[in-house]
Amino acid sequence: MFEPTLTHYLILAAITFCIGVFGVMVRRNAITLFMCVELMLNSVNLTFITFSKYRVDMDGHIFGFFVMAVAAAEAAVGLAIILHLFRHKRSVDVERADALQL
Amino acid sequence: MLYQDQFYYLGLIVLMPLIGALINGIIGAKLPRKFVDVIACGSILMSFFFSLISIKALVENATHVKNAEGVVETVYGHLSYTAYHWIYAGDFGVDLAFMLDPLTSLLLLLITGVGFLIHLYSVGYMADDPSKWRYFSYLNLFCFAMLLLVLGKNMLVTFIGWEGVGLCSYLLIGFWYTDDEKAAAGQKAFIVNRVGDFAFLVGMFILYYETQTLDYIQLKEFATNAALIQQIAPVAWLIVLFMFIGCTGKSAQIPLYVWLPDAMAGPTPVSALIHAATMVTSGVFLLSRLNWLVTISYEVMAVIAWVGALTAFFAATIAITQNDIKKVLAYSTVSQLGYMFLAVGVGSFTAAVFHLMTHAFFKALMFLGSGSVIHAMHHEQDMRKMGGLKKYMPVTSKTFLVGCLAISGFPLFSGFFSKDAILWGALSNTHVLGVVGAQEQIGDITVMRGEPSAVAQILTTKPLELISAGGPVDVNWLVQITSWGTFILAVITAGMTAFYMFRLYFMTFEGECRADEHTKAHLHESPVSMTIPLTVLAVLSLLGGLTGWPHFIVHGLHFPPEGFGLFFEHWFSELFQVTNDYRILTRFGAHAYGWEAVATVSGLIAGLSGIGLSWYMYMKNPEIPGLIQERIKALHGFVQQKYKVDEFYGFVFVKGSIKSGEGMTFFDKYILDGVLVNGAAALMATAGRILRHLQSGNVQRYATYITLGVVLALVALMLRM
Repeated sequence: MFEPTLTHYLILAAITFCIGVFGVMVRRNAITLFMCVELMLNSVNLTFITFSKYRVDMDGHIFGFFVMAVAAAEAAVGLAIILHLFRHKRSVDVERADALQL
Repeated sequence: MLYQDQFYYLGLIVLMPLIGALINGIIGAKLPRKFVDVIACGSILMSFFFSLISIKALVENATHVKNAEGVVETVYGHLSYTAYHWIYAGDFGVDLAFMLDPLTSLLLLLITGVGFLIHLYSVGYMADDPSKWRYFSYLNLFCFAMLLLVLGKNMLVTFIGWEGVGLCSYLLIGFWYTDDEKAAAGQKAFIVNRVGDFAFLVGMFILYYETQTLDYIQLKEFATNAALIQQIAPVAWLIVLFMFIGCTGKSAQIPLYVWLPDAMAGPTPVSALIHAATMVTSGVFLLSRLNWLVTISYEVMAVIAWVGALTAFFAATIAITQNDIKKVLAYSTVSQLGYMFLAVGVGSFTAAVFHLMTHAFFKALMFLGSGSVIHAMHHEQDMRKMGGLKKYMPVTSKTFLVGCLAISGFPLFSGFFSKDAILWGALSNTHVLGVVGAQEQIGDITVMRGEPSAVAQILTTKPLELISAGGPVDVNWLVQITSWGTFILAVITAGMTAFYMFRLYFMTFEGECRADEHTKAHLHESPVSMTIPLTVLAVLSLLGGLTGWPHFIVHGLHFPPEGFGLFFEHWFSELFQVTNDYRILTRFGAHAYGWEAVATVSGLIAGLSGIGLSWYMYMKNPEIPGLIQERIKALHGFVQQKYKVDEFYGFVFVKGSIKSGEGMTFFDKYILDGVLVNGAAALMATAGRILRHLQSGNVQRYATYITLGVVLALVALMLRM
């Protein structure tokens, strides 16, 4: 029977994080971008929980809950921003939201 | 009874002219003209009375001490008044404080006394000038500054006065500022004086650095305390040299004398007060104040003596060739100031101050006399167009004659005594440090005369007792050359002085009148307000020297009595004690009356032959000067153009600073502005142009930068591990 070890969990979290980062850098759609950020947050959560289990204390769990709460709040604010972006530009393409350049 | 250190009359002396200057300066234009006169003259007269009261108190405060030989010596000490604590920062502290001692007393009387006479004279002289109030305001301000200069208890107060008189001099020379030439003369005076003032400041800085005080009373401790004098002796020469350069500016000595002849552009009473009697002598005053310091550095004394003698000589040669009545007097002033510095340089401070006083009398008299002539001649100053004025202006001509006799050193006139004292000082020049070949046992130490290290011991143990009283001593080559060289120059100058003064007198007052008919018809004696000062000054020029007879007469003939005949010397003996300790013994021995008579007689012969030659050339055979002038045309022209010194200075300094200014402009324009200032701006602009592309406004690109940054940071961290 295959027993996953600490390293396996961490590698999985790293892969997920890198997918998230890559998505943030290359995707144009704001919704996808947003989901990639969620992916990164969740990979971090996974790391927290992994270490929590490994060290047998509850600090990591508490941090995990915190991240989830913040992620929920962020989702609410982020989606609202995307909604407004769409109302302004009739599109959720972040390439077009470049009004802040010189 | 007032306390000795809170003698507030000293403050009042200074305050009066300042109040006068402020009233006339602020509301003078609206006041009636008579009122302006009264305020200006009244404030100076008040100062004069307060000065008399103060000097009376100084004399009453004096203590009489019996010295070792049983002779009663009078110690005057000083009165002082601290107006307020002025600058206090850390260890540095300066008060606005005044001090009255015998030296200051004399100058107080000159400034307020002669100053009052000149104010009175100005009432007549400036009667028609529309901005008379401005004139009197400046003149009072000048008196205020000059009083600060002489009354200052520390060097900084003196320095304020020093700058103040320079400012007033500038204002008054350029008083008729609508005339470009006169305005330029004022600027020249100011700028040349600044050169000297800078040296004064540097000297003051070094002095403070070495002594940590600027107070004259505390400074004098450095002359009488053996430990302290060794501390200051190594740098004394530097301080004195800088101070002397400062004095060459204010007192018109080579090389900074060039401003004084041009300063004649101002109203004539100004020339009399500022450029003859008071301000230009402030250099002599300063060195006399610091006489103990000057005396320590006898090499610099030789420099001072030579500069003084050469100035006296060259200015006299120029004076012979001038035709402008005021220019002759101006160069004569430079020449006489040279005499005073010669006296300082040979250590005869008493003689220097004595000549300062008599010169103030007779030169102020002659300037006022020339003013009277110029007034009568409708502002004509060329002597070739004068002549025969004696019968039109009896008072002016008679008083002028007294002045001429005094400056020529005619016996019993004031100049005779003071010039003699200087000649004798030069001839007998000696200095403890300059005496060679004598070994002395001082306490347990044997020192060689001439060693600077002996200074302290010598000072504290009175060299008078050490160099066996009586016999002549050998002095080293520097003192020897200075002594003979300056003496001979001074005697020749005395002859030339008599010559050019009587040339001026004969050309102006004797012979035929060469003025045109229009001027001739209006010739008149000046008003009473002008003749009264002339008369008073003439009396002073006649009698002012009687307080300083030569020693060989007083001691040899026992007439006049010593208390009167040597009054001047006794009045200053305490002040110049240190100096006298250094050179109380002449190099001819203690009682060399024969040599003193030689000095007197050679001065007398030079003076009389100058007068005689002048009479022969300008009265008996008036064609001779023209012939001589023809014979030595090139030399005469060269001297008449003042040795082309102005042209030389113009070329070297004025042109030089313009040229170097152009060089600086190039540097400023292309190196500073071009490379540094504009270069820095261009660098920033270029960098901005390139780097602006990083900021695209695209959120994703920013995210990429952040990621790349994090990755780089992680890589760096890992590599370090």
